[in-house]
Amino acid sequence: MTNTPLSHIRNFSIVAHIDHGKSTLADRLIQTCGGLAEREMSKQVLDSMDIEKERGITIKAQTVRLHYTAKDGELYVLNLIDTPGHVDFAYEVSRSLRACEGSLLVVDASQGVEAQTLANVYAALDADHEIVPVLNKIDLPAAEPDRIKEQIEEVIGLDASDAVMISAKSGIGIPDVLEAIVTRLPAPKGGTVKDPLKAMLVDSWYDTYLGVIVLVRVINGEMKKGQQIRLMGTDARYTVERIGVITPKLVIMDSLGPGEIGFITASIKEVADTRVGDTITEDKRPTAEALPGFKPAQPVVFCGLFPVDAADFEELRAAMGKLRLNDASFSFEMETSAALGFGFRCGFLGLLHLEIIQERLEREFNLDLIATAPSVIYRLNMTNGDVIELHNPADMPDVVKIRNIEEPWIKATILTPDEHLGTILKLCQDRRGIQTDLSYVGKRAMMTYALPLNEVVFDFYDRLKSISKGYASFDYQITGHEEGDLVRMSILVNDEPVDALSMLVHRSAAEKRGRVMCEKLKELIPRHMFKIPIQAAIGGKVVARETISAMRKDVTAKCYGGDATRKRKLLDKQKAGKKRMRQFGKVDIPQEAFIEALKISD
Amino acid sequence: MNQALHPSGITAPGSILPDTGKPGFGIYLHWPFCAAKCPYCDFNSHVRHTGIDQQAYIDAFRKEIGAMRTLTGPRVVTSIFFGGGTPSLMAPATVGAILDAVREAWAVPDGIEITLEANPSSVEAERFRGYRQAGVNRVSMGVQALNDPDLKRLGRLHNRADALKAIGLARDIFPRMSFDLIYARPDQTAQAWAAELEEAISLAADHLSLYQLTIEEGTPFHGLYKAGKLIVPDGELSAELYELTRQVCTSHGLPAYEVSNHARPGAESRHNLTYWRYGDYAGIGPGAHGRLTTGAGKIATATERHPESWLKLVAEQGHGMTESTALSAAEQADELLLMGLRLREGIDLRRWQLLSGRSLESERTGFLIEHGMIEEMGPDRIRCTPAGMLLLDAVVADLAT
Repeated sequence: MTNTPLSHIRNFSIVAHIDHGKSTLADRLIQTCGGLAEREMSKQVLDSMDIEKERGITIKAQTVRLHYTAKDGELYVLNLIDTPGHVDFAYEVSRSLRACEGSLLVVDASQGVEAQTLANVYAALDADHEIVPVLNKIDLPAAEPDRIKEQIEEVIGLDASDAVMISAKSGIGIPDVLEAIVTRLPAPKGGTVKDPLKAMLVDSWYDTYLGVIVLVRVINGEMKKGQQIRLMGTDARYTVERIGVITPKLVIMDSLGPGEIGFITASIKEVADTRVGDTITEDKRPTAEALPGFKPAQPVVFCGLFPVDAADFEELRAAMGKLRLNDASFSFEMETSAALGFGFRCGFLGLLHLEIIQERLEREFNLDLIATAPSVIYRLNMTNGDVIELHNPADMPDVVKIRNIEEPWIKATILTPDEHLGTILKLCQDRRGIQTDLSYVGKRAMMTYALPLNEVVFDFYDRLKSISKGYASFDYQITGHEEGDLVRMSILVNDEPVDALSMLVHRSAAEKRGRVMCEKLKELIPRHMFKIPIQAAIGGKVVARETISAMRKDVTAKCYGGDATRKRKLLDKQKAGKKRMRQFGKVDIPQEAFIEALKISD
Repeated sequence: MNQALHPSGITAPGSILPDTGKPGFGIYLHWPFCAAKCPYCDFNSHVRHTGIDQQAYIDAFRKEIGAMRTLTGPRVVTSIFFGGGTPSLMAPATVGAILDAVREAWAVPDGIEITLEANPSSVEAERFRGYRQAGVNRVSMGVQALNDPDLKRLGRLHNRADALKAIGLARDIFPRMSFDLIYARPDQTAQAWAAELEEAISLAADHLSLYQLTIEEGTPFHGLYKAGKLIVPDGELSAELYELTRQVCTSHGLPAYEVSNHARPGAESRHNLTYWRYGDYAGIGPGAHGRLTTGAGKIATATERHPESWLKLVAEQGHGMTESTALSAAEQADELLLMGLRLREGIDLRRWQLLSGRSLESERTGFLIEHGMIEEMGPDRIRCTPAGMLLLDAVVADLAT
């Protein structure tokens, strides 16, 4: 088989907000082009993990090669790369987008532009994409295509006059979409098969039978079976064993030429050995320069994960190892906590990533976990000139040795119906936000804020959703580190600090956060024989205090004659209950107290 | 039979042998029938409307006593207790026949405590003289309250007048007499309880059992409580009531010698002391529990609860025991702690350490002492302080874990 000429290849991606129908459209395209028979179509083919299907999100980039005979009678190869839509995976998104030349911008014809639509469309524009607007769900009664078209033009600045009108669910307009891909999106530019090999590592995943599968986009030259390749970023060498395309079944080919997207396997052991965005070249005839913009994934949010049952520690370790096989951006190292025992300090790309990993550990591996408060990376400038990156408040060095602390800031974009604007502005303000823009898109307010990331990792998104009744959308990107007046707040139960509950907070918010924490713990820790002070303290200064009063009465009045067995069984129950608690000094703290206390909300 | 009929010393207070301080060996006999089921009670009691063939039970009791004797070997009995159910529904002759069987099986010294639980209804009070003649020297009456509305609410069949009459009669007939009251009742104030308690003390001889109302699962009260239709005093008020009870009783010379039991010094229930000192006791009759030291170590016994099934079982196998389990040292240590710490006299530390294999020199004990929950009484004995008694279940769980 010869390689497809560049002029007959279209590489594209679909950008959309969650629920605007991206996956449904992808499925329709696959079905129309005959990639899969009807019986093989499970709903949303490309989201292969259960969790992806359930949440309607894409975590790993997926790809599919379609064959389409256009109205001009020519056979085209269309490569669709389905990208993760969430900001946590912004880097992966940007790499996937760089593998394509164009995008379909899918917007729900009744809901309109959302924060995530914006973030993704800007990412596509960054990658120099040609963009075709597609209005989905036009058959719904609430659809207002004209208004939404205006909105696209107004907010994004794209000409939406010839937006394609479709209903992916009902199959309306699908041929128009295919035709637009061929006529309106550009063919890939590139060299010839004769050039030295230059390809982009778009993504990789682990397959139980084939090992690591690498998704590649060839730019120049040709990739073949048996070829000695080199990953330029990691300087690792491999021999290509299998090469082919994804339809979405894996179909073996002899080679991939310029402009083409496909997969290879090359006895690569772990996904961690392959870095998204890396340049692949031929070892003996390398390309002159690597692709720009390559960077390894960096976790930005951290938290401790501990097994509820200490006996599950080894199982947790094994489960994390398995997840990491397929997700190199997730990191973990062992951690011990006086309160929670043995566990792991884990790094994530963002909050959604954290939630997904935690949920997968619990669901796929049947583990009960306690997660400590999420933390960001703080940069500590020490008086001796050292710079320390701190991502566990428990590791905070002596404050007298710290010159200042910098914390990561983000640029947040929020879109909301007008009536919730007031409460959202207050929320942002309470979280130390600085408004940088506020404008209207029809009846929706669009605001941008500079916000410290550590205020956002604390249930900001949940609060936003709840105060806007689910209508506000939110997206962010990290902008850099800035000095902040941050202090470590310790929680003391019965005068002993509980490491798992300590956190770094802004001085202005410390008292309030401390008060909420103490109040919650007061509810969550059962009464003991003695009264228990609960304090929130910064350094030696107590900023909030609650007291759990002593138990008043706990005695069985009657002894059931000589039935000591009954009493002993009750005692055994009590003992078992105590075992489920974490002993802290003289205080027994139930597991739930850690879980609940960390679910702070104000 | 001779001894029981002997009239000498019948009403003299000194006729019951004094406590030796040893755990002892008690005989417990369970009479499982009641005229009506009380809505708070989860004891093994049954109501029969067709009459009960007492002779059949006498025969079965005799048989089971014989079987129990084989298990224990020859021993000297330190107390006998008829519990229920309502033992005062037994004919005096039935009581006498069962006591005869006990005497045939074991050595029963003159003057040991022989208690029978009784209800203060007029019919039952009429039998008091008969019980005395059969050898009973102590009655324990389920008075429960001294006012009619509360008696009604507690589902009792007697009224205040019946109770006063029965108490008077019992004081005349028996050398020892005790009665039970239930407090921390729905809507009960501290003031009302204090007044009722004062009256109870004026009526009492030398022993009172004062139990806080406990909502037990499976009882009608539990259903009402769950449905929010029965409101009992909260933790704070019930703690206050408990403290008040101890204080009033102590000031009248009836200090608490156990969580809920009060007596003039020397008038403690010998039989109940055996439970709390974790001594041996044979449990005979439907749904009776026992603890016996045998060649196989300490065993826990329990009999079939359902009366007719128990009868059948005894007929078939000579006894109604459905459980006879050897207790591990650790289980015994827990039971010793559970029972013993209920007593003002506390527990013998050497005995507990021998069973548990643990020493009290632990951090935990120091902590409990420091917080005034337990106190040392010489090198080999600890007990709960009054404050610790109020939190006994938590203290025991702490020591046992």
